[in-house]
Amino acid sequence: MKITVNGTTQERAATTLDALLVELGYGTAKVATAVNESFVPAASRPEQRLNDGDRIEIVAPRQGG
Amino acid sequence: MPRYYDTDIPSRLMLGTAQYPSPAILAEAFKRSGAGIATVSVRREAGGARAGQAFWDMIGDLGAHVLPNTAGCHSVREAVTTAQMARELFETDWIKLEVIGHADTLQPDPFGLVEAARILTEDGFKVFPYCTEDLVLCERLVEAGCRVLMPWGAPIGTGLGLNNIYGLRSLRAHFPDLPLVIDAGLGLPSQAAHAMELGYDAVLLNTAVAKAGDPAAMAEGFARALEAGRLGFEADPMEPRDMAAPSTPVLGRAFT
Repeated sequence: MKITVNGTTQERAATTLDALLVELGYGTAKVATAVNESFVPAASRPEQRLNDGDRIEIVAPRQGG
Repeated sequence: MPRYYDTDIPSRLMLGTAQYPSPAILAEAFKRSGAGIATVSVRREAGGARAGQAFWDMIGDLGAHVLPNTAGCHSVREAVTTAQMARELFETDWIKLEVIGHADTLQPDPFGLVEAARILTEDGFKVFPYCTEDLVLCERLVEAGCRVLMPWGAPIGTGLGLNNIYGLRSLRAHFPDLPLVIDAGLGLPSQAAHAMELGYDAVLLNTAVAKAGDPAAMAEGFARALEAGRLGFEADPMEPRDMAAPSTPVLGRAFT
């Protein structure tokens, strides 16, 4: 399945958002997620199915002004 | 001292956390200024990286309330989703809402800002909108549920100070009881003092401090200017006049 993660298009096996985070090595990292510009709470990641062409954002706390 | 959405903050300084030479200097700037609120953001994280966790641990030691922003968002959708991600990450319903309307000036998109503010307020957020000093825009933001307004002094990162004194004064007069914060454009402590003399409740700084030669000293300088300016405002200043008026008594002058 071809999806875009943080702006990079890639081939991935995971079919749920939860599994994708494991596949990409996020482990227990403090991150928040969105699929196709819609927020997906951490608790909903196991049920969040991924589809071909999905755009996924994975973000973490950073410095800001 | 200011109160934002029923939370008392014992400082008139909000300080950004970006662009410092080092985390140690950032921490020193907070320590010397006593800044009560730290602004933060969310950015993409690579798999295997733990930069977010490291930053999260660091801001926990600053002793300041955390105010996440939606910096860089150019649409309502981006801003709303970013706010929702920030709420989960930083465990706060406060959001400094930025919907940028112009790439060169980084000025807010007033139409998108009001729409996003309404959506986020209905979703339970406490919105701190980065706005201009436009009175009608500010009225719309209050109607949308904002209980604090954060007009710019000048475009972000310019250090130009307060570009529209009349507009800022009008805003203060129109919203006497609402917390008003100058967000963006300040470069010198004297400009922060001026904001206080206009009756503003606080200022938000980042570049002015982080890009100073000695950020911690500049942060303290701003903190002192805020205190001085606020005292001046509360002390009910004299009215300016065009003609000179002698301060030394005229009666009893020699040679008369």
